[in-house]
Amino acid sequence: MYRYDEFDHQFVRERTNQFRNQTERRLSGALTEDEFRPLRLMNGLYLQLHAYMLRVAIPYGTLSGRQMRQLALIADKWDKGYGHFTTRQNIQYNWVKLEDAPDILDCLAEVEMHAIQTSGNCIRNVTTDHWAGAAADEIADPRPVGELLRQWSSLHPEFSFLPRKFKIAVTGAPHDRAAVKVHDIGLRLHKNEAGAIGWEVIVGGGLGRTPMVGVTVRDFLPQHELVGYLEAIMRVYNLYGRRDNKYKARIKILVHEIGADTFKSEVEAEYARRPHPTTEVEERELARIAAYFAPPAFDKLPRWSASFEEAKLANPGFARWAKNNLGPHRVDGYSIVNISLKPEGGIPGDATAEQMRVMADLAERYGNDELRVSHAQNIVLPHVRKDDLLAVYQALENTNLAAANYGLAGDIIACPGLDYCALATARSIPVAQSISRKFADSKRQDEIGKLKINISGCINACGHHHVGHIGILGLDKKGEEFYQITLGGSSAENASIGTILGPGFAGHEVADAIETILDTYLKHREAGEEFLATYRRLGPKPFKEALYATA
Amino acid sequence: MNTSEKGQLVTANRLRDGIAVFLTRSGAWSEEIDEAVLALEPEAAAALEGRAREDEKKTIVTGAYLVDAERLNGRVRAAHIRERMRALGPTVRLDLGKQAEGKGAAFAAPEGE
Amino acid sequence: MQLLKNNVLVTDNWLNAGSEGELPSADDVIVPFARLLKEWGELSTRAGKLGLRLSNTDRPEALGTFLPRLSVIVLPFPAFNDGRAYSIARSLRDMGYRGEIRATGNVLPDQLQFMLQVGFDAFEIGERFPLETWQKASRQMSLAYQRGLFRQASVAEIWTERHTDAEPWLEQPHAG
Repeated sequence: MYRYDEFDHQFVRERTNQFRNQTERRLSGALTEDEFRPLRLMNGLYLQLHAYMLRVAIPYGTLSGRQMRQLALIADKWDKGYGHFTTRQNIQYNWVKLEDAPDILDCLAEVEMHAIQTSGNCIRNVTTDHWAGAAADEIADPRPVGELLRQWSSLHPEFSFLPRKFKIAVTGAPHDRAAVKVHDIGLRLHKNEAGAIGWEVIVGGGLGRTPMVGVTVRDFLPQHELVGYLEAIMRVYNLYGRRDNKYKARIKILVHEIGADTFKSEVEAEYARRPHPTTEVEERELARIAAYFAPPAFDKLPRWSASFEEAKLANPGFARWAKNNLGPHRVDGYSIVNISLKPEGGIPGDATAEQMRVMADLAERYGNDELRVSHAQNIVLPHVRKDDLLAVYQALENTNLAAANYGLAGDIIACPGLDYCALATARSIPVAQSISRKFADSKRQDEIGKLKINISGCINACGHHHVGHIGILGLDKKGEEFYQITLGGSSAENASIGTILGPGFAGHEVADAIETILDTYLKHREAGEEFLATYRRLGPKPFKEALYATA
Repeated sequence: MNTSEKGQLVTANRLRDGIAVFLTRSGAWSEEIDEAVLALEPEAAAALEGRAREDEKKTIVTGAYLVDAERLNGRVRAAHIRERMRALGPTVRLDLGKQAEGKGAAFAAPEGE
Repeated sequence: MQLLKNNVLVTDNWLNAGSEGELPSADDVIVPFARLLKEWGELSTRAGKLGLRLSNTDRPEALGTFLPRLSVIVLPFPAFNDGRAYSIARSLRDMGYRGEIRATGNVLPDQLQFMLQVGFDAFEIGERFPLETWQKASRQMSLAYQRGLFRQASVAEIWTERHTDAEPWLEQPHAG
């Protein structure tokens, strides 16, 4: 994985010193809150309901064991012994003191991490496929481009005060695990007929108040043109994106209002005007970065592991976990391990410092020292030998990390909601917990099969409810929480925005409503048909009838 | 005997550590909502808010605002669940926040699921 | 208004003219874009130096023919977080404009370095912060990743610095 060189180190150190100085000026009164707020947000520090919250960037979701251990140390030393992994592959600490924040940033800098641009109207942490570098279906590892874009977007002087926040996702595989169609910019790597690699550039997707699937502005952009082309897009957005209404300020609204064709021609005109030589060097730079992401030295192993097969026969719990939580690795004899941070009745995405250390140990011992954070708020060990899976499973089991529900009904995405977040209109976590308990029976989850339930506590949609197969949005009706259910969303390559089913539900009614929806699915599904496929075949009607007939 | 007064209190976050605090009669800030002073008249509320603005300038607190609340038998209940949550801590982690430190308010946020 | 240039306060001798009315014969004047278009004939031949005040919605690429005659272009920050002027300034520099680009409006020390890097070189600053704060602000970061910007000599471009030596990384294994 990427390692900082002297320049990266110095850059982050200077930035941390700058923030220490800004914090001192705020505490002494030299800066007002209005002046300080944008500065702290650009360094990931929010003021939430109970305290400050620090959001730490985990670029493209990749961590080493040492970094994960440092995250655990921060949780113990400056927070309350835990952290929350987010849908942007980041981690948040909920109980941070302003006066401690500069020390925490120093502590992160020691392990080549920072909180730069995890908030603010700038280019946010670039996300990617959490199976990058390991997935069987991958064309190329998208993380070198992720790192290139991290560097390019860090304190970009032209694009630090955009109309609104800006999110970029990158995928190098045909099966889209990075939700590139619902990002401000999505980049999808593919090969042309000649076997050359290029990028499909998708613009104007997004969730929030106005969910939209992005449009393709370039089918096949050569890699060395990426930065120049992205700058052209950013400049068109910076100049012409709406600034009169923050709910209409994302790039998707600009694309929608002027039309995809006009937008595209504005970008092409801007790109043609630009002096291109300044992007030339980045090809060399990309080669330098890519070297850090060279695949580890995999052992030559048989595809079939006798010890793994025997262990499954002897241990049904392990067999079930292996069936649900492993992903296909591109190298024989290896698996991708998905660690679910969704124990029954737990808080989606939360991990204790102790659990973080266990995962760090496992990565160092069995996983080429690599961990990933997925946008579904789980942790991935991308390269584990099949022979080692039982040992990994047992260690996970000992620390409440062995939930065998990856990709199933219990694997719920939920934002922190009103329990923590100052913007939320309703709680998300208790709803996730009640659904998780309702479907605690593992046989039932297996029977239901692949399912994404996504919950957001407000219209900003951090819980990606629009693209959940089942989406749940918490709203406030005269001081009471209520929840709207959408069906049929997807963030995969065939992305779609969910449809609102009907009137909302009180918090305690949501789990029953989900059960009704899933019973309806089980009744109507054809053999082997997943929930989303059944919904797409039948539409909302049978679900509506089942849900509202008795009400 | 039940006594009830409806009015407004001022809440803010302490600048240093971000903890939710409530303005008391003495002009100090308390972590406990039950110690908040309740303004029963709009003029009194404006005066409280003015005092809070001064404390913002002195960098004691930040983001002060008025909240509808009720005093019932000497304990304070904020009208909105968001504020009851701030007075207690997260409903999903009863082991954390004011509720765990003996500073919890009497009136729970909504029931857990 | 105080004017900060090259990290010191300088006297602002420019006259800010409105959209109409008599112009003094020889003074240096700054006019809004609409007036520049309307009175270009007289303005281009008058004695004093000529400056232009742009709004955030004026398109920089429309300025091409006027640029050689302009000594100052004033760009507004109606709010510190209205970042359009960053793009306009950089476009003007890319178009070859070498005169002064002046920031006006809600200009804050912690944004000074961003402004310098997109090509601003003069700043209308109020009394809110002492001069020392401004002077320090221009030195907060000594490194930057992006290329093709307008950097002080004291700021190094990482992507250039990295590639001044031999290139050993080309020998390393290459992912994908």
